[in-house]
Amino acid sequence: MGGNCDTQEKFAELQNFIDSIEDKRGALIAVLHRAQQLYGYLSNEVIFYVSEKLVIPSSKIYGVISFYSYFTTKQRGKYVINVCLGTACFVRGAEAIMKEFEKELNIKAGESTKDMKFTLSGLRCIGACGLAPVVMINDKVYGRVEVDQIKKIIEECEKEAE
Amino acid sequence: MSKLKSIEELQKIRQAAKDNLDLRSTAESEDRIIIRVGMATCGIASGARTTMNAIVDELREQNITNVSVTQTGCMGYCAEEPLVEVVFKDKPSVIYGHVDAQRGREIVNEHIKNGRLLQNAIITKSFEKID
Amino acid sequence: MNNYRMHLLVCGGTGCTSSDSLKLVDELKESIEKHGISNEVEVVITGCFGFCEKGPILKVYPDDVFYVTVKPEDAEEIVEEHVIKGRQVERLLYVEPNLKVKLEGQKDLPFYKKQIRIALRNCGFINPEDINECLAADGYQALAKCLCEMSKEEVIETVIKSGLRGRGGGGFPTGLKWKYTSNNASDVKYIICNADEGDPGAFMDRSILEGDPHSVLEAMAIAGYAIGAEHGYIYIRAEYPLAIHRLEIAITQARELGLLGIDILGTGFNFDVELRYGAGAFVCGEETALIHSIEGARGEPSTKPPFPAQCGVWDKPTCVNNVETLANIPPIFLRGADWFRTIGTEKSPGTKVFALAGKVNNVGLVEVPMGTTLREVIYDIGGGIKNNKEFKAVQTGGPSGGCITKENLDIPIDYESLNSIGSMMGSGGMIVMDEDNCMVNIAKYYLEFTKEESCGKCTPCRVGNKRLLEILDKITQGNGTEQDLADLVELGEIIKDTSLCGLGQTAPNPVLSTLHYFYDEYLAHVREKKCPAAVCESLLSYIILPEKCVGCTACAKVCPVPCILGEVKKTHVIDQSKCIKCGACYNTCKFSAIAKR
Repeated sequence: MGGNCDTQEKFAELQNFIDSIEDKRGALIAVLHRAQQLYGYLSNEVIFYVSEKLVIPSSKIYGVISFYSYFTTKQRGKYVINVCLGTACFVRGAEAIMKEFEKELNIKAGESTKDMKFTLSGLRCIGACGLAPVVMINDKVYGRVEVDQIKKIIEECEKEAE
Repeated sequence: MSKLKSIEELQKIRQAAKDNLDLRSTAESEDRIIIRVGMATCGIASGARTTMNAIVDELREQNITNVSVTQTGCMGYCAEEPLVEVVFKDKPSVIYGHVDAQRGREIVNEHIKNGRLLQNAIITKSFEKID
Repeated sequence: MNNYRMHLLVCGGTGCTSSDSLKLVDELKESIEKHGISNEVEVVITGCFGFCEKGPILKVYPDDVFYVTVKPEDAEEIVEEHVIKGRQVERLLYVEPNLKVKLEGQKDLPFYKKQIRIALRNCGFINPEDINECLAADGYQALAKCLCEMSKEEVIETVIKSGLRGRGGGGFPTGLKWKYTSNNASDVKYIICNADEGDPGAFMDRSILEGDPHSVLEAMAIAGYAIGAEHGYIYIRAEYPLAIHRLEIAITQARELGLLGIDILGTGFNFDVELRYGAGAFVCGEETALIHSIEGARGEPSTKPPFPAQCGVWDKPTCVNNVETLANIPPIFLRGADWFRTIGTEKSPGTKVFALAGKVNNVGLVEVPMGTTLREVIYDIGGGIKNNKEFKAVQTGGPSGGCITKENLDIPIDYESLNSIGSMMGSGGMIVMDEDNCMVNIAKYYLEFTKEESCGKCTPCRVGNKRLLEILDKITQGNGTEQDLADLVELGEIIKDTSLCGLGQTAPNPVLSTLHYFYDEYLAHVREKKCPAAVCESLLSYIILPEKCVGCTACAKVCPVPCILGEVKKTHVIDQSKCIKCGACYNTCKFSAIAKR
């Protein structure tokens, strides 16, 4: 997480978001989405904060977070590489794409590189089946990916990061 | 925009929208051309935004003003993305597949400006739509 | 530069080029040249027209005249007659086989009428971010009609009469769902649009929301009016950022025009819509789980009854409809229930959108009348199998469905017929597989999916599916026995019978259906320890084909073990006892001399 001042700012933003919701019934998932968007992941600190603001026990919040695969309690890399493992991508070779990323980054699916540049994970269908196999890096979708392009894709991200 | 308070107001705004869009309805639309770019997730992922920018840019460079470029949803031909449809008044529309920035500029220079269709790029509409 | 007055479009697809379409192009060009009109007419090669059996196909633009089975020697006549004299070459027009009528325009050809777009009517035509384009395409006309001219009962009656059934998979009659929710008295009721398109490989709901979001909003308002709900939720996957963005714009624009909100069109009817985001849980497509998720809780299903129509969101009567179902509603009111019944089959009227994907040439979204056969969808619309491979199976219904083999390709698609062959309609994913796909591996893929997505509430699903997966894993590793195959069936049946919700009740379907249709392939895995499609790594071996090997040594150089023996310019051999099956040699060989067996 960034500096203390940065954190303060983010908490203020989360506070504003929570205050803007008129009907707080059922707002938990929307708040968690917003929090994860701000922080990149849901730390204990964030969970306790949300718990206090929405008056929901933190145990219940943990229950919700662990249920949904979209939420994460682990810090993630600057680039989150999501290999689509939907059926259309699967039959067009998504497994090989995933293996190549694992090999190139030297991590397993679900892990992050030590320098926290990359996190590798699988995803169930982003609905761009016409472009199978598909890889999504942060918000950018790469379609018709081939194994020998992967090195270049990673290099592209690394260059951009500099 | 103010709120519509009756069905008559809805019909009025609908007619106005129809006139505005329908190439056949008004005299000044005589030489108007519409270019539609498919911009659903698949289209954007295959570069439709770059294509659209290139088309708009090329139209500006060539000083062509009678063309409106608009975005639309999924046309259904995912394998051919990005897709661009060119509609001239009173002519069947032409759909191009795999339109990257360069092909986008070619569409402007060849099809729009010189009335020449592009080689190896046209795909066929294969469905019937209810009105 | 000249402005051409006419273009001759010739199909350059694989089918047509193999029947000499490129020669036709040359002949046409020559003839045009000869007549000195090459500055006014041009020949253009296009992508596949799809009507390959009648190729080569030639279309005249802008006349919209369509010639079929055109031979190179017809070029002269087409140029002289049609291009120069403006007279159609009648003998080359398509003849409708039943009526023996000659059809000239593409729009008249039955082949192009295989797809009828009702749910996708505006996708790809209007700008989804501009409500004016939607209004010009008759958006909100159906709502106006319902509010001003029809009673609630008449609205429900119309939907019942149309015979519209839920397009999310179950196929429950939509009108009855509305009626039940309407019958339950309550001061507050809810209408939910289920946009949690979790079935991997299906993307029609995303396309509708991205291409025509207002049709869903309009239909929700109509449903709200019919059942007495003033509040609607759209439960949408967080993985669909563009669809969310366009929905937000659509909702804002509809509110500005007063088509959502208080006193819509001055009729006194209030209705508004709120978005709720999913967070990556497949089970939330099940309506009771979805309702719990909207309430901000874990998305676990609960037993029915009580049904959502009695006790749904915040314990109020709730009606849950899928995106595609709702997109069908406005046309039903504008054109009538009777019109809707003229399309499709008696028990399943209307159309269904399929996301055609996998090993098929024209991957895409297709909307066909119910009752169309799988063969028409895959071969006529989909253009057949990629790279001329052999069709093996098509999977419908996603992780809840099953595989359909070539024996059943002529079955007309509707809810009942797909169920009868061990698959289901599902949300409309249609994944085509060829000879290179291993069915055991496919079954394993789906089981991995359901195992991950099982919410864990009931034991058969939580534990049973894990056991199924373990057995499949054992089989693909080469350690399976025939007893394992029997166990798969027995366990699968028990899971189907005893699970709490739809996810568990259908999870074994991919295994059971592949076992049923591809038992031999399973047997090969357990008896001969072979994977016929050469997919399961533990079961395959890499071999060098002596007739293709030139002895370049490239493979021996990359082999990490090393286990490839041979001298320069002589055939190499792989020592199977040392081979670790890494595939490096296979990827390196430039002469396709290494094969997987």
